[in-house]
Amino acid sequence: MLRRAANFLFRHPRWALGLLLGPPLLWLGVVYLGSLAALLVQSFFHVDEFTGQVVRSFSFATYAQLFTPANLDIFRRTTLMAATVTIAAALLSFPLAYYMARYARGRVRSLLYLGVILPLWSSYIVRVYSWKLILAKEGILSWFFSAAGLGRVLDAVLAIPGIGGPSLSFSTLGRFLVFLYIWLPYMILPIQAALERVPKSLLEASADLGAPPGKTFRKVTLPLALPGVIAGSIFTFSLTLGDFIIPGTIGDSSLFIGQAVLRHQGTAGNVPLAAAMTVVPMLIMAAYLAWARRLGAFDAL
Amino acid sequence: MTAMAAMAAMAVRFVDVSRHFGEVRAVDGVSLEIADGEFFAMLGPSGSGKTTCLRMLAGFERPTAGRVELHGRDVTDLPPYERDVNTVFQDYALFPHLSVADNVAYGLTIKKVAKPEIRRRVAEALDLVCLPDYGARKPAQLSGGQRQRVALARALINRPRVLLLDEPLGALDLKLRQQMQTELKAIQRQVGITFLFVTHDQEEALAMSDRLAVFNQGRVEQVGTPAEVYERPRTVFVAGFVGTTNLLLGDLAQRLTGTPGPAAIRPERIRLLAPEASAGPGEASATGSIREAVYLGMHTRYTVELDEGGELAVVAQNLDADAADAACAQGRRVRLAWEPSAIRALVG
Repeated sequence: MLRRAANFLFRHPRWALGLLLGPPLLWLGVVYLGSLAALLVQSFFHVDEFTGQVVRSFSFATYAQLFTPANLDIFRRTTLMAATVTIAAALLSFPLAYYMARYARGRVRSLLYLGVILPLWSSYIVRVYSWKLILAKEGILSWFFSAAGLGRVLDAVLAIPGIGGPSLSFSTLGRFLVFLYIWLPYMILPIQAALERVPKSLLEASADLGAPPGKTFRKVTLPLALPGVIAGSIFTFSLTLGDFIIPGTIGDSSLFIGQAVLRHQGTAGNVPLAAAMTVVPMLIMAAYLAWARRLGAFDAL
Repeated sequence: MTAMAAMAAMAVRFVDVSRHFGEVRAVDGVSLEIADGEFFAMLGPSGSGKTTCLRMLAGFERPTAGRVELHGRDVTDLPPYERDVNTVFQDYALFPHLSVADNVAYGLTIKKVAKPEIRRRVAEALDLVCLPDYGARKPAQLSGGQRQRVALARALINRPRVLLLDEPLGALDLKLRQQMQTELKAIQRQVGITFLFVTHDQEEALAMSDRLAVFNQGRVEQVGTPAEVYERPRTVFVAGFVGTTNLLLGDLAQRLTGTPGPAAIRPERIRLLAPEASAGPGEASATGSIREAVYLGMHTRYTVELDEGGELAVVAQNLDADAADAACAQGRRVRLAWEPSAIRALVG
């Protein structure tokens, strides 16, 4: 029976291809792209102010609501955080990824891999809440600072307007630290994978042609690792743009895009506005990718 | 040339160089001198230390002991970017994110040569390797042979005093390899710099080099011109690795040479005669029967079992024999004849 099926597929390769790609394409096409389309359509509906009912007709009324100062503030805050987290993650990841790809061998390499991936095994919510405890006023970080006689330094940092707050767990700085921690593996792994694909002979060739290590890094290593950095940054950037758990748990009461979407579609029942707000991070990502493309980030692909 | 002048002209000197990786002696006390303008081949099986020697000259490896000199200057402790040599890598190592022109220009860009001059020299270098219109392409769009030429242009544009080539033709098919052998030789004559060439292909080494060194287990077994190494192999290893040979040991050596050996005679130096024919004046001879005949087109390779014991391989050109003759040659009685001087005594 199985053999007959196999023989049939051998003689009809198109059927084999169809069976192979059918289910995932169906999933992608209907469930994934379909829901995106539904989202897009919803964003052009609007809520009637008097009845509170969704009016199912095309208008830009909902999009106009995005441009209130409060909403613009949310977009600016979220994007700024996403960009800062991305840059910090890239700077922090690169040396480690470089070491993992170029130097680490055997046990050290396995341990580093495990160290990077291990946090992903535990629940994301648990990790965010444990950071809440770490960053709390009575938490281990405050304790560490005061034990090291650096309590004043921490106070001074927390006093900085814009990033400070009553304690780390209620500050923008705290939010930043938790975002950075949670998304770091998503930056390390793609950079490491990109660096791993750079043959050692390319670095030798560069040195052979007269380039000292710094120049080799700028002219060979970095351009070839850039697709990895961009891949990682897509994760860190878009995950930060859409997240609502971390800004809801750590930091002050200022909203991020994800939280606002949650409120509009849940508590406020304004699904069109929630949909329109979801389109914003998508547009920001598209702009970001277009910019990366113009920088030549994908030339080495 | 006086001794002093000869010393001054040495492009490359390895002085008792060793490179150990833990217990492994990749290179073990190698001393070599390569003259300016020479086309020098380092020949040996894989793992014989030839590539490690090249890498120590380029600066990618540091010797465990000994000294490496370039044009009389001790470069043992210099990093690769401080050395006046350039390398053509086995995998070509072209930068995938740069165009062919930018790859070739790389060395000059690093040296901050003026843009117009870079453009002129890139065009010149691409002309030299017969790829004048390929500057705008990416390495991925080239064939293996074309990549090899780009790698060559990228190295030569810097006008190094010594060019290092690490099995540069290894990845090419036979026809292309033979064509590139001729071209490399022509390019070397044209630019007049020292070429140091690593290969495991003895035919390539014989065809291209002015002199060659045969490597085995981290040591140099013999240095000489291709003719010297082929016709007067010094050791058993060289006799076996460069070309094919009949190794004469023990009884067979005793009978044919009068000493217990080792000694060697090339298959093409033995003449195949009819059993009743007599050998030429001064020739030695023995009778036997053909055990195996392999038709190879241009020639046929016979394995002859001698009546007094032992076997000899004989290669005869197919001047008036053909495949059918080879097919029915098995068991035929023959007389073998050779000049006694064709037998070379070897060092174990």
